[in-house]
Amino acid sequence: MAVTPPALLVERLAYAYPDGHQALYGINLRVEPGERVAVLGPNGAGKTTLVLHLNGILTGQGTVEVAGLPVAKPHLKEIRRRVGIVFQDPDDQLFMPTVRDDVAFGPANFGLRGTDLDARVTRALDDVGMAEHADRSPMHLSGGQRRRVALATVLACDPEILVLDEPSANLEPRARRELAEVLLGLDRTTLMVTHDLPYALQLCPRSVLIDDGVIVADGPTRELLADEALLAAHRLELPFGFRLG
Amino acid sequence: MSGGHAHPLHRPGNTPVHRLAPQVKIVAAVLAVLCVVSTPRERYWAFGVYLLLLAAVWSIARIPPGWVATRALIEAPFVVLAFVMPFVAGGPTVDVLGMALSEHGLLSGWNILVKGTLGVLVSLTLAATTAPRELIVGLQRLHVPAMVITIATLMLRYLDVIAAEARRMRLARISRGHNPRFLWQVGATARGIGTLFVRSYERGERVHLAMVSRGWSGKMPDSGRSAGAVAWLTGLAPTATAAVVLGMALWP
Repeated sequence: MAVTPPALLVERLAYAYPDGHQALYGINLRVEPGERVAVLGPNGAGKTTLVLHLNGILTGQGTVEVAGLPVAKPHLKEIRRRVGIVFQDPDDQLFMPTVRDDVAFGPANFGLRGTDLDARVTRALDDVGMAEHADRSPMHLSGGQRRRVALATVLACDPEILVLDEPSANLEPRARRELAEVLLGLDRTTLMVTHDLPYALQLCPRSVLIDDGVIVADGPTRELLADEALLAAHRLELPFGFRLG
Repeated sequence: MSGGHAHPLHRPGNTPVHRLAPQVKIVAAVLAVLCVVSTPRERYWAFGVYLLLLAAVWSIARIPPGWVATRALIEAPFVVLAFVMPFVAGGPTVDVLGMALSEHGLLSGWNILVKGTLGVLVSLTLAATTAPRELIVGLQRLHVPAMVITIATLMLRYLDVIAAEARRMRLARISRGHNPRFLWQVGATARGIGTLFVRSYERGERVHLAMVSRGWSGKMPDSGRSAGAVAWLTGLAPTATAAVVLGMALWP
């Protein structure tokens, strides 16, 4: 009987930037289908470097597999369809003149055309509640709307795993909550890189903590965030007034 | 087109001219401009016919002449040049309102004025009836190199982003007492432009990463309409008429 492979499998991943700076020192991470995992860690811990390995933009030593397919040159296109990265600044992600064009960009690159493409775009925009803004320019949307459209551009590629880099950065409280509702409604394997510890608690049952290029803790988010000594040792802290017992 | 994507040169509509495939309109506009510039400057009547043809296109596209006229002001610097020509050029002169004007200069001025104006009017008509993103699809369908298309697409999108960034940087400078009206403070503005360049460059890198992550491999996906023989024939009809006029004007 065939066993379902993990959605993401990272083994002994190490990477040094061309200038010699070693960013990752052997990361091991296994994410099962349907899991939502937060990747926590201070600035410079190697979180974004890890993310860029998941779809082969950076390649280090060790292995990365997405739903059983190794990240390697011959199938980079399929890997990039399977791994949907939502970058931190929506202005970097949204580059087309209209929302619709931008959401269609990914699936069109992966070969979808005509009515299939239209249907995919409509569904992705519906999923994030932005269907009525399809013909507007991303420039004329609010920060929260842009973030949701950026999410739609990746959802439209129908990825196996959704990777979000600091999804709550620069969002007003209401937009932050609306995005959380959208993400909770998606039911997709998700890896969320964040500094926003309450957001991690709300969205991800499991968290891994990265510091100095290694995973220093991996467990239920609530337990991780209740460990004040652990957080303090890695320059993380809960916002004023928060306390988890 | 729904609202929210306002562009000063585009006039959304649903007329036959608006619906025409963008590649047809681009070819028609380029050929029309070629006809105008190839017309001998002394064939005054030909330019009148060109203007009538344009007016006919405007009426089909429901563009008020006033709308075009205000946007045509962009050619004002060339108009000044055209009016200077009769005063500075040499050769035989004619008397106009008591002033001795160069005959050669008058003709040169007229040449610049009429051809420049018609060229601007043709471009404005194309821009008014074709959304910027359609223009890009049109260029792609005409097999303009993919790199040029990509650069044009990114310019279209990031001009606004970079302008907004420049505005924020300027506000931050002014808030700290910078007053760019004084000449000795121009240095800060110059450094601001330098910073803006570096930031735009870094953004370019991030945009590229985000595009590659969505499977981009150097070619923009084509989402435009294809154009059949009928679209080409009707779309090129005004330009074909202009070509006939050109033929008549060139006849000795």
